[in-house]
Amino acid sequence: MEQSWRQAKGLFLTLLSAPLFWLVVFFIAPLSIVWLYSFGQNDGLVDIAFTGTWSNYAHAFSPLYLNIFVKSFWIAGLTTFLCLVIGFPVALAITFASDKLKPWLLLLVMLPFMTNLLIRTYALIAVLRTKGLINMGLEMVHNSVNGMTGGALGVFEPLALLNNNFAVVFGLVFVNLPFMILPLYSALDRLDKSLLEASLDLGAGHIRTLFNVVIPMAGAGIASGILITFIPALGSYLTPDLLGGPDSQMIANVIESQFKRANNWPFGAALSFLLVYLTFIAIAVQGVLEARARKRVA
Amino acid sequence: MTFPKIPASRRSILQGLGAAAMGISFGGLAGCEPAKKKLNFYNWDTYIGPTTLGDFEKATGTPVNMSLFASNDELFAKLKAGNSGFDVIVPSNDFVERMSQANLLMPLDHAKIPNLKNVDPAFLNPPYDPGRKFSMPYTWLVLGIGYNTKTMKDGKIPDSWKYVFDSDTYAKKIAWLSEAGDLVRLAAKYLGHSVNALDDKVLADVEALLTKQVKAGNILRFHSDDGQDLLAGGDVDVVIEYNGDIAQKKAEMPELDFVVPVEGSQFNADTLAIPVGAPMPDEAHAFINYLLDAKAGAAISTEIKYPTPNLAAKALMPDSYKNNPIIFPPAEALAKCEYAAFAGAEMAQKMEELITRVRAAAGMPAEEEA
Repeated sequence: MEQSWRQAKGLFLTLLSAPLFWLVVFFIAPLSIVWLYSFGQNDGLVDIAFTGTWSNYAHAFSPLYLNIFVKSFWIAGLTTFLCLVIGFPVALAITFASDKLKPWLLLLVMLPFMTNLLIRTYALIAVLRTKGLINMGLEMVHNSVNGMTGGALGVFEPLALLNNNFAVVFGLVFVNLPFMILPLYSALDRLDKSLLEASLDLGAGHIRTLFNVVIPMAGAGIASGILITFIPALGSYLTPDLLGGPDSQMIANVIESQFKRANNWPFGAALSFLLVYLTFIAIAVQGVLEARARKRVA
Repeated sequence: MTFPKIPASRRSILQGLGAAAMGISFGGLAGCEPAKKKLNFYNWDTYIGPTTLGDFEKATGTPVNMSLFASNDELFAKLKAGNSGFDVIVPSNDFVERMSQANLLMPLDHAKIPNLKNVDPAFLNPPYDPGRKFSMPYTWLVLGIGYNTKTMKDGKIPDSWKYVFDSDTYAKKIAWLSEAGDLVRLAAKYLGHSVNALDDKVLADVEALLTKQVKAGNILRFHSDDGQDLLAGGDVDVVIEYNGDIAQKKAEMPELDFVVPVEGSQFNADTLAIPVGAPMPDEAHAFINYLLDAKAGAAISTEIKYPTPNLAAKALMPDSYKNNPIIFPPAEALAKCEYAAFAGAEMAQKMEELITRVRAAAGMPAEEEA
């Protein structure tokens, strides 16, 4: 039985004080200031006056910015879906791998974290660009076929893989996949394997076992995987900026330009906090779903 | 096979790495010696000679500590919160205006800067700082079209903004720079207006022009001052860029070239200034004076390859620099170029939103491709 924190209040508070201090001073306090900015107005070039105005939020709800929010949701949602579809089999494979192999596979999943996001994104550019690895490889195949057939394929046209929305989603899936695989793996790994054997013994096929036994029991892992993939994807800034085309602006890019170039901190703060509110809502929804799932199990 | 280089232009590399926010410091381990007060110099990346700071210390005994910023916005944001100890900064022309309006710059004492005599008289009374009250000229830049001579249709020089703003000749092979203000002003220039005559009518015309070009799918991307790399990598054929960036790239790739379009373009200038609250104003004046010295200036220009407004320094430079048509475009092309004045915070916000609208109009993403 775990000991309740109430029985060791002194120790609990001592241990809590440092992280609490950190949280308040470096997270809650600065964020509160930005939150106050969102109700302020520019006063000259340098100052922001706190006027309690809602005009920043009203402006943020104009169709232009709502559309960009919708677009960001689309891209983040698609990214999350693809991560789930790709990540689930990978997590399943790691779960059923031999104990010797497992740590290595997990290490492979986490390996990209050892490189800066910017470097990984530039590496993707090297692969996807007009004279990148994929197009150069295709051109080589194309030319050798042409060489054998006497130019049957015509002139090589490189694929447009970079600077479009495809590249943005591709990049986001590439970056966020580990965030999906790890919670899925930890949920699947705890699964009682004898239940799977029972299901198979009782005549269910592999597919049916997967959908009727594995997925319902891994529900919490799937939900947290979706959440921690979706939230960073929704606020992604670097990927659309570097891999995207002219239309690939996501809400974080707009926020950046409001803070930096437009020097309109109040409006940038309002847009940022809309994103924060949406994140809270997503977490709340996940909490409700999880509670409901727990009730069903119990 | 060409791999993309991490863009190393003075404006973009730190921005990308996010390191600039912290201000990388190049001070040595000075703590070991009896503390000598250091002059704090806040500069762009790759924007000083390799030995300039050491030479200044040898000449005057004042050590210099250089920190780097990646954009004028960053410089402005840092100083707007109060000067935390910078003595000399390098703002661009419109920010000289903006910062002096916000009372962030200290008036310069010309008596302490005798090397002002080295500066081209054409730079002594610019519209953004009449009489050089707040700033000394360091370098200047001009926007234009960088292009690949090998891929131009009929070998023509793309000498009009038409090729980037209003034509599908190079469809999907065009990159625009992502600075909203610059983009709007250049489009206005193409439509025959001064870069400083933007009213609502002109803005509406500019928006229609840009929206049409983006919606037609002719633009590959908005680049963050790494246009020379897109050009070198074959991703685009024409790109809006600064002359210095293309000059640097042409040294590696001779087929690249640069033209100032016939409609004229926009100048930018980077300047030396002293922020209000500088701890060492005397040494700051001495440092600015040193940077305007002929020999010191020539050493800087050799390294950074941007045009210099310092005639004495230019006289010391080799012909490959002095007669480089990219670094110093022909006079008749420059005659049509203008400096952009700072048009106020509200205008900056209007232009930013205009570009946001243009990009949003390009169509909803993701459905088709994925």
